[in-house]
Amino acid sequence: MRGFPEYFTIWHVAGHYALRIVAYLVLAFLIVPILVIIPLSFNAEPFFTFTSGMLALDPDAYSLRWYEEIITDQKWTLAIRNSFVIGIAAAILATVLGTVAAVGLASPWMPFKRMITALLLSPMIVPLIIIAAGMFFFYTGFGLVATYAGLIIAHAALGVPFVIITVTATLAGFDRTLFSAGVSLGGSPVRVFWDIVIPLIRPGVISGGLFAFVTSFDEVVLVLFLAGPQQRTIPRQMFSGLREQINPTILAVATLLVVLSVALLVTLEFLRRRSERLRGSP
Amino acid sequence: MAASVSDAPEAPRAQARGALQGTGGAGTTAGPRAAGPKRLAPEDARNAAREVRRRRLRAFLFVAPLLVFIMFAFVAPIATMLMRSAYNPTVADLVPASLEAIEAWDGEGRPSDDVLTQFAVDLKRLANDRTSGQLAEEINRYLPGTSSVVKSTARGLRRVDDDTLATSGATLLLEANDAWSEPGIWRALRNAGQVYTASYYLTALDLEFARDGSIQQRDTQIYLKLYGKTLWMALIITLLTLILGYPLAFHMAHSSTSRANFLMVFVLLPFWTSLLVRTTSWIALLQTNGVVNSTLIALGLTRDPLELLYTQFSTIIAMTHILLPFMVLPLYSVMRGIDPSYMRAAMSMGSRPIPAFLRIYLPMSLPGLSAGALLVFIISVGYYITPALVGGTDGQMISNIIAFHMQQSNNWELAAALGSLLLLLIVALYWLYDRFIGAGNIKLG
Amino acid sequence: MKIHSLALAGALALGAQGATAQDLTVTSFGGAYGAAQKEHMIDPYVAETGTNILFEDYGGGVAEMKAQSESGNIQWDVVDIEVIDLERACSEGYVAVIDHSILPPGDDGTPASEDFIPEALHECGVGNIVWSIIFAHADDAYPEGGPETIADFFDTEAFPGKRGLRKRPQVNMEWALMADGVAPEDVYEALATEEGQQRAFAKLDTIKDDIVWYDSWSQAPVLLNDGGAQMVQSANGRIFAAIQDEGAPFSMVWDSHVYDLDVWAVMEGTDKEDTALDFIKFATRTVPLSGMQDVAYGPTRKSAQALLPEDVKQDLPTAHLDEGLKADGIFWADFGESLGEKFNEWLLQ
Repeated sequence: MRGFPEYFTIWHVAGHYALRIVAYLVLAFLIVPILVIIPLSFNAEPFFTFTSGMLALDPDAYSLRWYEEIITDQKWTLAIRNSFVIGIAAAILATVLGTVAAVGLASPWMPFKRMITALLLSPMIVPLIIIAAGMFFFYTGFGLVATYAGLIIAHAALGVPFVIITVTATLAGFDRTLFSAGVSLGGSPVRVFWDIVIPLIRPGVISGGLFAFVTSFDEVVLVLFLAGPQQRTIPRQMFSGLREQINPTILAVATLLVVLSVALLVTLEFLRRRSERLRGSP
Repeated sequence: MAASVSDAPEAPRAQARGALQGTGGAGTTAGPRAAGPKRLAPEDARNAAREVRRRRLRAFLFVAPLLVFIMFAFVAPIATMLMRSAYNPTVADLVPASLEAIEAWDGEGRPSDDVLTQFAVDLKRLANDRTSGQLAEEINRYLPGTSSVVKSTARGLRRVDDDTLATSGATLLLEANDAWSEPGIWRALRNAGQVYTASYYLTALDLEFARDGSIQQRDTQIYLKLYGKTLWMALIITLLTLILGYPLAFHMAHSSTSRANFLMVFVLLPFWTSLLVRTTSWIALLQTNGVVNSTLIALGLTRDPLELLYTQFSTIIAMTHILLPFMVLPLYSVMRGIDPSYMRAAMSMGSRPIPAFLRIYLPMSLPGLSAGALLVFIISVGYYITPALVGGTDGQMISNIIAFHMQQSNNWELAAALGSLLLLLIVALYWLYDRFIGAGNIKLG
Repeated sequence: MKIHSLALAGALALGAQGATAQDLTVTSFGGAYGAAQKEHMIDPYVAETGTNILFEDYGGGVAEMKAQSESGNIQWDVVDIEVIDLERACSEGYVAVIDHSILPPGDDGTPASEDFIPEALHECGVGNIVWSIIFAHADDAYPEGGPETIADFFDTEAFPGKRGLRKRPQVNMEWALMADGVAPEDVYEALATEEGQQRAFAKLDTIKDDIVWYDSWSQAPVLLNDGGAQMVQSANGRIFAAIQDEGAPFSMVWDSHVYDLDVWAVMEGTDKEDTALDFIKFATRTVPLSGMQDVAYGPTRKSAQALLPEDVKQDLPTAHLDEGLKADGIFWADFGESLGEKFNEWLLQ
């Protein structure tokens, strides 16, 4: 058997291939459901299954009508706009606050580090329904329910843990002597911070920001409780659609979102590679 | 680093460096060290302490803005919810005088005429303010069927003038409805008037206060069962993700880096895909006329379509699919770091593969395994969206009933109590997680 | 070509959506019903007055109104409410009191107070339709003769198949008792007692395994269509719309239907109360009301009923009132929450 160590018996080899098959089946399980909706979104009929025409690859069985729905229906255009506005604003807020905090947390002088870190990361763990109910009760008093501001604040709170994690990760490998070296070479501390620290944490900041954006973009439970009819986002619209009228427009939106995810994935991978290169890690 | 961006120019550099290099550093001024440990001079010690305090403050200042934000945006809401679960001043705000009057009542028969008159006066006021319905709802919670009594009585009293009410309010009340001569409705009023009450927590645990104040089981038993069901489903989901995720992570960890990165894309794509998209996919797959059923029928495996959607099964399988990356990523991360020579050594010494795996590899992969398992479990317990969309009735979890009480039955206090108990459960699990794994160890690819 | 124009249209649409300040938010139930309201009430009003209207959907119930009221952030201006919920909404102050003297007379000159059927003039609302909850089945589901009474709905032996029911106790409890032999006039009295409630649950138990639960009226015709259920409970208008507009092969059964009114109400605390009342005055005039026949809902004005063609009248609840039961809003205001809990418990068993 090629490539296998000497002591491998036939059972070893069988097991090895069996494991491979299982692994690929699991991967299929992960991917197929997502890919299946893509062709379904082009269904000319308002059904959620492959019509015989589609299977025969009859071009008449396919159509772009659901994509047209997205553009013509005011509900969807409003939802798309809201998702981006809220997502970007929340991401910026989370990134700014989170990055600054991460820098502080990375310092060895930080008091109560463990407790504060746990607190700042807790939005990731607490069930969304609890956060949503609590925010509803509390934001009501400040008139923040059914406003853009309320949603942006809420989503930023959810996105902050991600920013902290990614930026802290980039800072963890940060070699402190680089800083002293820069200072000893005559640079002012601020300049050194700007020229050395910032570029190194930048991939962490950007990927954290992306995480925060995606968290907001994909979030629906908080939106269910905090948004008014004017602030409906894409997931909120999909949620209604799935409950009320199952209509392949949702599949078209879903497909577009999948394309967006792929783009994000590529961006992140690029950033990760760049970060590794810059820091010279193995 | 950033915390020490602007070194204070007045502190002598040497002393600062001494403080930086930790306690009991290498002496104060430059120069050869004397033999034996040297103590810092008092002035140097004070400077060092001050420097330490300054650095601590500086680090803290970086975190402060976020801390304030999180306090407002996140912690305060949770606190509000906790408070809401035990604090309900509605009735106390509506009829304070009546509540004060009824305090003296012994709970049997009906309260004295003074109490009734006072209540009649209050009720007329509420009727005119159009808030009698709120009072009716609160009382109704303690004694179902009485809200119409309160409301109709209030309506009737609206037209009575104040003087008549002050003298014969009690009579008017008793004439309006028989319920006012029974103790039931008065007890309900008194209970509803309690500002701080544990009754919502009791309900959330399927208990209630008995007449004499002790705690007894409620007639309706829903919530404990639901908590149990939720935990059970979360356990199954965790096991499934483990069974599916372990081989995958194992294979990826034992592949070349480039191959592993390639496969990772297939794990990360679902992770990055919108939750609703994934749920939509499962609806499309499991529907009566969906892809799975159509395939099964086309293959002749079944004649009638199977009822796959809106069941416990669909909730479990959809959540397994959604949470699988959360299991694979930590597992892979840990497995990647396991030195293959251990297994090789064991096998070359004659060990059979399965015992070797169980004795050597599995224990070494345990940190990733437990991290993934706890993470999946904690997330499953609190999940709302997937059970809401694909679970139907049978696949409901505790979050769904919290949402029900928030949105449909209007019992916000009960929703808050249920949410608080859920939070307690999660905090306990999170504490376990932090204790054994460490929350800061989460790697995100 | 098509893709290019789509992309361009998309960019324009996204860009053109400026911050629109809607002048009036009207909330109703969506679906075919909402579409009919849009056609006969909203669009004519917009055309006549130039007011901009944001037409929203909701699933019923008072929770959202309570939320807006408590937070002081009133989002809706005009709401379409079922009388079942109106009781609570009115007595708890979520909707405003309406002075009926502002309502215009019917097109035949009858003053409003006489033109409207009595139940339509509620303290907090103006009735706009009489509607009914019936059950329906596909024409070819029972070739040997379809179900005729509510007892047939609960008889899965003679009439096999799944049953679609809305996931709430309302109507389901009444049907259970009537199928078990209780006379319509005694239903609510019985349901107020422990024994009555147990009896209803016991009857529901006989078909429990065959029930497919749904959350909103829109799902009812879909269930029938894709075979998810063989008999579905539905608002009569939804099934009627499916039969009329989509040629769906459904049949409705009127026996023991539970009918009710829907009213237009004004949210308490809205700053557009005048425009809201103006809209209601317009929408409940004779002609717009008669337009609701499109979805087989009976208009609440006699003058509007007179405008309907004879054959249409047969499809409206108003022609079948003696076969049905009027929903009791006061009963459900009293027992909605407690029965809701018992219902949830029963569901979990």
